[in-house]
Amino acid sequence: MATTHTRSAARLMMAPSVILLFAWMIVPLGMTIYFSFLRYNLLMPGMEEFTGFLNYSFFLSDPAFFDALTNTLLLVGGVLAITIIGGIAFALLLDQPIFGQGIVRILVIAPFFVMPTVSALVWKNMFMNPVNGLLAWIARSLGFQPVDFLASVPLLSVIIIVAWQWLPFATLIMLTALQSLDEEQKEAAEMDGAGFVSRFIYIVLPHMARAITVVILIETIFLLSVFAEILVTTNGGPGTQSTNLTYLVYAQALLQFDIGGASAGGIVAVILANIVAIFLVRLIGKNLEA
Amino acid sequence: MTLKTILLGAVSALALSGIASAETLTIATVNNGDMIRMQKLTDDFKAKNPGIDVQWVTLEENVLRQRVTTDVATKSGQYDIMTIGIYEAPIWGKQGWLAPLDKLSADARYDANDLLPPIRSGLTVNGKLYAAPFYGESSMVMYRKDLFDKAGLKMPDAPTWTFIADAARKITDKSTETYGICLRGKAGWGENMAFLTATANSFGARWFDENWKPQFDQPEWKNTLDFYVKLMKDAGPPGASSNGFNENLALFQTGKCGMWIDATVAASFVTNPKESKVADKVGFALAPDNGLGKRGNWLWSWNLAIPAGSKKVEAAEKFIAWATSKDYLNLVAEKEGWANVPPGTRTSLYQNAEYQKAASFAKMTLDSINSADPKKPSVKPVPYEGVQYVAIPEFQGIGTAVGQQFSAALAGQVTVDQALQSAQQLTEREMKKAGYPKK
Amino acid sequence: MARKVSTRRKLVMSAIAWTLGILIFFPILWTVLTSFKSEGDAIASPPVFLFFHWTTENYAEVQSRSDYVLHFWNSVVMSLGSTLLGLVIAIPAAWAMAFSPTRRTKDVLMWMLSTKMMPPVGALIPIYLIFRDVGLLDTRIGLVVVLTLINLPIIVWMLYTYFKEIPGEILEAARMDGASLAKEIVYVLTPMAIPGIASTLLLNIILAWNEAFWTLNLTTSKAAPLTTFIASYSSPEGLFYAKLSAASTMAIAPILILGWFSQKQLVRGLTFGAVK
Repeated sequence: MATTHTRSAARLMMAPSVILLFAWMIVPLGMTIYFSFLRYNLLMPGMEEFTGFLNYSFFLSDPAFFDALTNTLLLVGGVLAITIIGGIAFALLLDQPIFGQGIVRILVIAPFFVMPTVSALVWKNMFMNPVNGLLAWIARSLGFQPVDFLASVPLLSVIIIVAWQWLPFATLIMLTALQSLDEEQKEAAEMDGAGFVSRFIYIVLPHMARAITVVILIETIFLLSVFAEILVTTNGGPGTQSTNLTYLVYAQALLQFDIGGASAGGIVAVILANIVAIFLVRLIGKNLEA
Repeated sequence: MTLKTILLGAVSALALSGIASAETLTIATVNNGDMIRMQKLTDDFKAKNPGIDVQWVTLEENVLRQRVTTDVATKSGQYDIMTIGIYEAPIWGKQGWLAPLDKLSADARYDANDLLPPIRSGLTVNGKLYAAPFYGESSMVMYRKDLFDKAGLKMPDAPTWTFIADAARKITDKSTETYGICLRGKAGWGENMAFLTATANSFGARWFDENWKPQFDQPEWKNTLDFYVKLMKDAGPPGASSNGFNENLALFQTGKCGMWIDATVAASFVTNPKESKVADKVGFALAPDNGLGKRGNWLWSWNLAIPAGSKKVEAAEKFIAWATSKDYLNLVAEKEGWANVPPGTRTSLYQNAEYQKAASFAKMTLDSINSADPKKPSVKPVPYEGVQYVAIPEFQGIGTAVGQQFSAALAGQVTVDQALQSAQQLTEREMKKAGYPKK
Repeated sequence: MARKVSTRRKLVMSAIAWTLGILIFFPILWTVLTSFKSEGDAIASPPVFLFFHWTTENYAEVQSRSDYVLHFWNSVVMSLGSTLLGLVIAIPAAWAMAFSPTRRTKDVLMWMLSTKMMPPVGALIPIYLIFRDVGLLDTRIGLVVVLTLINLPIIVWMLYTYFKEIPGEILEAARMDGASLAKEIVYVLTPMAIPGIASTLLLNIILAWNEAFWTLNLTTSKAAPLTTFIASYSSPEGLFYAKLSAASTMAIAPILILGWFSQKQLVRGLTFGAVK
């Protein structure tokens, strides 16, 4: 029962956020759209000219574009799958009575605080390096040929690094959701003779639906623009095997300094991101309203 | 001369010194060993130039390049001195983005004529010097004398590729993690493409013909890439496609490579007993050739330059004069020993008997640098300058994209033919987009 | 009535949980250990875990090369500043959305979140040019502004989901008592909202602290935070695992410690209203 008074007050209160974000979106976006129609290379000043859709047609017909699109989806999907499944598993484990639960939780939560650049550097040099890395040493001492992660499975390596950073986040949310599950409900189900699996499917999972939705939403926003991890580890390669859209736009903007091409790429990425956003709204609409 | 002008002069001199005393130079540089040493020796500069303070921005090479290029191209004026490569210097000089170092060129004490000719010419546009070299390098073969003796081989001073390939295969013993040859494989125009472009020159290949048509569909490139991929498969370390300079340096220093063809500056690292397990066993030779009259060695230098429009040109010139002078070399020699002075910029250094004694690699370095010719890099005529790069603004992007294809070929993800075909296509696309051939 | 759990089961579960926990934490532990090794020990094969010659020379070297305190302070200022500024702007908006929702509230929220999906590099040059023209390059204020705007959608959304959990009846009651809008916020809402605001604050400090694209590209020296500090240790000429580890440890330690100490508050807000 909002009165007109409170409604206009509400508008007033939302105004700063909305106006600021709108400006933050529209000014760069406007300039980016404008640049995307220019032949504009930072290294060749004074040559700017209107080129119509040339930048778009070059970006979209770039053989790397399709790879980047696939890689972006694989990266987001892969990390989501690992963190959600892993997160639920960890949450179930941590929800059990165990010794030193607090300390284990501190250990598990830690990767979330690490800068992406740092975690990429650490993984690349100290773990995945095929000669000096720890994983190579483990493989050799077990009598295997060390896997050259960044060259033979580049995208998977990036997914592992990113998933490591986001697993704590998923775990924490799942754990909180799990802990709020009514103990009596669980016990009642146990009394009824429900096994672990059916208890999990019929009671635990539905209860966690909202938590899972939230994890998907937040992680997707950040995962669409994963960048530092790729730059530090594989530089998008070998070939274009670990290039995602963000990295492709980066290569245009800061390697080729082709601002026109990068702007076109940026706009394409925005459009794609909004398609994803629409899907997410649908998802949220169903799960978060309830 | 009236009292008024004298007074005016005095006042302006005062004002100038007033400004000078508050002057802080912001210097962007790479996080390489020689630059870090320079950073640590800053106090010597400050003592000699009271009133000038120095603030360092030390960044990893790729980040540095992005930051200074964005800054100079948008004329943002965040840096007073920039560390740039010999690739950027002529391009930026032509654009009018750099202040010419006329004072240095004219200064007899600085002695610009002492700078090594190939490097000086690479930094000069229309007779004006636009950047001063801090250190210079070419590439050469570094090899393990002990492993060569064991295999009964003898490295000539000027080996051929055939000899190198045979020797590499003979030395390789994967059971003891000894790999015959370590070469760059990590994608990047300054990483694997530096090595491969220089090597391709010795195989008679070139990036573009006289009409700027990409040449990856020609047999010379196929020979180059075939040779490289096969050799690395037989005699290279695992994971070679992600090895750049650093990774190979670590491999060589820990005794895992029989040969390593890379930058001449690495010589002082691999012969330093503090860092290298094989310091006393390293020999040097010129980069190999294929009997076509060109060797596969490159030419690079890191240089200091002043962005045009800077308000602190005078102080900045003082700093550059300090950092690239003969006195600086003496200063480093005095504090850290002759083997650690930044190499490859001055003829006088190579005539210095003490340096020759301390640095076993001195002669080979000088010969390598002097045999590189950025004006005529390949066997066939080319429309561009640059040995291991093409001095056009588009090259960073194209070079890196081609480098990714070749890196994928080395990793075995695509065949040599596929990699060359993709390289040809993408280069054609980018060149078309950039509007080549230009009249 | 607590469930009975056999000690044996508890032991087994504990063993599994501890093993996994240590595995997850291991990369960080290894980095910290490596930072105390000499460069030789750092790449030794087989690796040495604890019995090496402990040294702090890497930290001394890092400190002599860069002004850690300055970078650290810049990180503190920009993460705290941007979060506080963001909260000031976001609290009224989230309040309005939670208590006077309209049909379009959800759309506005989703639109806000979607502004986060644009690849930042696409907007770099426009922002860079604007910053150059208004003199915000390499200033703390500039960074605070950008980071505020980047994280604002998340802040609004977190607060919104949290505020929504506050029962409306309490507000109704307050209104009945004749409380004005201002009083309603100060005396009724704020106390109930403090835990949510606290966790939003914490999460955003972490996000801002770790932001590595804008902070790296819009600063040079005076306002450069720890992300720039790290950029001078990654891939140098030569392999320096120990120094890299020392710099990494210095960059992540403050936020890691803050995170650990405040994890209870953090978790509370992280649920985004996902838990009833």
